[in-house]
Amino acid sequence: MIKISDLHASIEGREIIRGIDLEVRPGEVHAIMGPNGSGKSTLANVLAGREAYEVTQGSVEFLGKDLLELEPEVRAREGLFLAFQYPVEIPGVSNTYFLRVALNEIRRHQGLDELDALDFLELVRTKVRELHMREDLLERQLNTGFSGGEKKKNEILHMAVLEPKLAILDETDSGLDIDALRIVADGVNALRAENRSFIVVTHYQRLLEYIVPDRVHVLSEGRIVRSGGSDLALELEEKGYGWVQEEQA
Amino acid sequence: MSDKTHLSEDEQHLEDLTNADYKYGFVTDIESDSLPPGLDEEVIAAISAKKNEPPFMLEFRLRAFRKWQQMEEPDWAKLKIDPVDYQAISYFSAPKKKDGPKSLDEVDPELLETFEKLGIPLGERERLAGVAVDAVFDSVSVATTFKEKLTELGIIFCPISEAVQNHPELVRKYLGSVVPTGDNFFSALNSAVFSDGSFVYIPKGVRCPMELSTYFRINAQNTGQFERTLIIADEGAQVSYLEGCTAPMRDENQLHAAVVELVALDEAKIKYSTVQNWYPGDKNGKGGIYNFVTKRGLCAGRASRISWTQVETGSAITWKYPGCILKGDDSVGEFYSVALTNNFQQADTGTKMVHIGKNTSSTVISKGISAGQGQNTYRGLVEIHRGAEGARNFSQCDSMLMGDRCGAHTFPYIDVRNPKAKVEHEATTSKISEDQIFFCQQRGIDLEEAVSMIVNGFCKEVMSELPMEFAVEAQKLLGVSLEGSVG
Repeated sequence: MIKISDLHASIEGREIIRGIDLEVRPGEVHAIMGPNGSGKSTLANVLAGREAYEVTQGSVEFLGKDLLELEPEVRAREGLFLAFQYPVEIPGVSNTYFLRVALNEIRRHQGLDELDALDFLELVRTKVRELHMREDLLERQLNTGFSGGEKKKNEILHMAVLEPKLAILDETDSGLDIDALRIVADGVNALRAENRSFIVVTHYQRLLEYIVPDRVHVLSEGRIVRSGGSDLALELEEKGYGWVQEEQA
Repeated sequence: MSDKTHLSEDEQHLEDLTNADYKYGFVTDIESDSLPPGLDEEVIAAISAKKNEPPFMLEFRLRAFRKWQQMEEPDWAKLKIDPVDYQAISYFSAPKKKDGPKSLDEVDPELLETFEKLGIPLGERERLAGVAVDAVFDSVSVATTFKEKLTELGIIFCPISEAVQNHPELVRKYLGSVVPTGDNFFSALNSAVFSDGSFVYIPKGVRCPMELSTYFRINAQNTGQFERTLIIADEGAQVSYLEGCTAPMRDENQLHAAVVELVALDEAKIKYSTVQNWYPGDKNGKGGIYNFVTKRGLCAGRASRISWTQVETGSAITWKYPGCILKGDDSVGEFYSVALTNNFQQADTGTKMVHIGKNTSSTVISKGISAGQGQNTYRGLVEIHRGAEGARNFSQCDSMLMGDRCGAHTFPYIDVRNPKAKVEHEATTSKISEDQIFFCQQRGIDLEEAVSMIVNGFCKEVMSELPMEFAVEAQKLLGVSLEGSVG
């Protein structure tokens, strides 16, 4: 699915990612954990193509293509999805309209027919029901006036509609109460499939009780300092990040 | 604001005008089809004679001209403007000869590309690009059918020059009744020299069954740079009028000074929508139209309603304040505006809501978008007279900035003389953010589409006031006008 080799990236001349190697195969769920400032969100944003970050070294291969060569919207159309840590508000643009434009851009890129407004509405309503979300989410303006939890749920809805091949969840669990957390996790689990992979970026082990990862990687100062199975998350919870950082030193 | 509004003065003025002795009763016989550049009383007499106008029209024009001569150009508080040489303009020219491009093959490909993006019908493209065609067949036949239907209902919809000939009593009664000849520098000039424009009269109790637009008016071409429009809705009548076009209109005349007057009698409703996209000049700020327009509606009758909606994306300089004089009790005035400036465009626009009658109310929603080095000024006046018991106004002015070389300015003037009036004003300034754009891109939407979507969202309250088919075009227009402004 995705192969990251010796990736270095910086922002405003400051190096944040300092040599990451990571391979995620189809169907796998990888969790990236680490303390604040370890580079987790930067990694997610670099993969999605945010302009502010500069890749200074290394390569990323996504489904056989050189990911770093692609514009952010092309990465999305190729099947890469980022669920944002802080989803933005776009006043005056309806959530449904936005999603339909996005889906049709992706479908066109993939050689599929575009959906008209009626077919799309049916599709998106089905998704809302499956995800146990409220239908008024669709009628509202994109994230405008949404609570923190609603914004995160909306990201999951977008993901479910756009059906990406690789979904990166950037601290989607932060600021969620237990009910919202469950809805988010159920959404992710429902989408798990043989040909779909996930990179779940999180600060806490809590989310991984609901989304059980195949692999867990611990990031510290821009490098993966430890990798393991889902047990690693529990060990971290118990011993704290100081443990891996000390070990590394 | 440079122009003033005093109804009593207007009325007095009309009196003077109609009673004035006619001093310039000569007729100048002119062989040629256009007048040499320059403006004096003889030229005005010649224009009036060429149009075979009744004496009251010549009086009207001369009265305006004399006022104009004593006036000074407005002081451009926020506008940078090259001086206009009024003596270098030719104030009358016959319809243009067919010396334009022979076919679309000869038209600037960039212009054609824009038409394509805006989805302008093929037949329309030729007319807009100035291709010499005898007629656009579709629109002529459509127009003819429409005209029959309107005539059945007693609706008059024709060029104003035709109305002067066929309905002089209406023209005489209402022309200059809302925008008096001496209202401001440009309206005075327009009143003196206007060539043509639209005239609409909706009789008592008639609801006009279709949107009226200049598009459907036969002989609509070349109304010229001093357009004059007069719309009257009699008691209980209703009409929606569309002006302009989303296609970039090219014109060699740099100065455009139109005047639009609306009159709504008891319980009448007028909705006036504009999409303005005159040539804005090139990316370096060279060329472009000066668009200095005076638009005003008079809610003369009880419970009458006038609504202005405008989408202004064109012209190098736009200067206009469509206003409402709320004279009738319970009358309602509305102003919904989007003004977009890119590159070196300047816009100074807003509205004037003058509350005279009791329980009058007005709503102002203004959205300004500045990109490139564009400058966007909202200038609005809310005036509540002493007798306007229970008057209410709500104003909301939002500005959006794209990049850091553009500017947005807001000047709300509020003058309240009645202690029980309620006036609310809200203003916001925001910046289109990289985060918003990246979010859209991450969902598969490219930069231009993202900008267009965000800007259209910002303008939604105004766009939703436009008639449906106009709104769709206007949405595309906002996107196209901002191309290349981000990234």
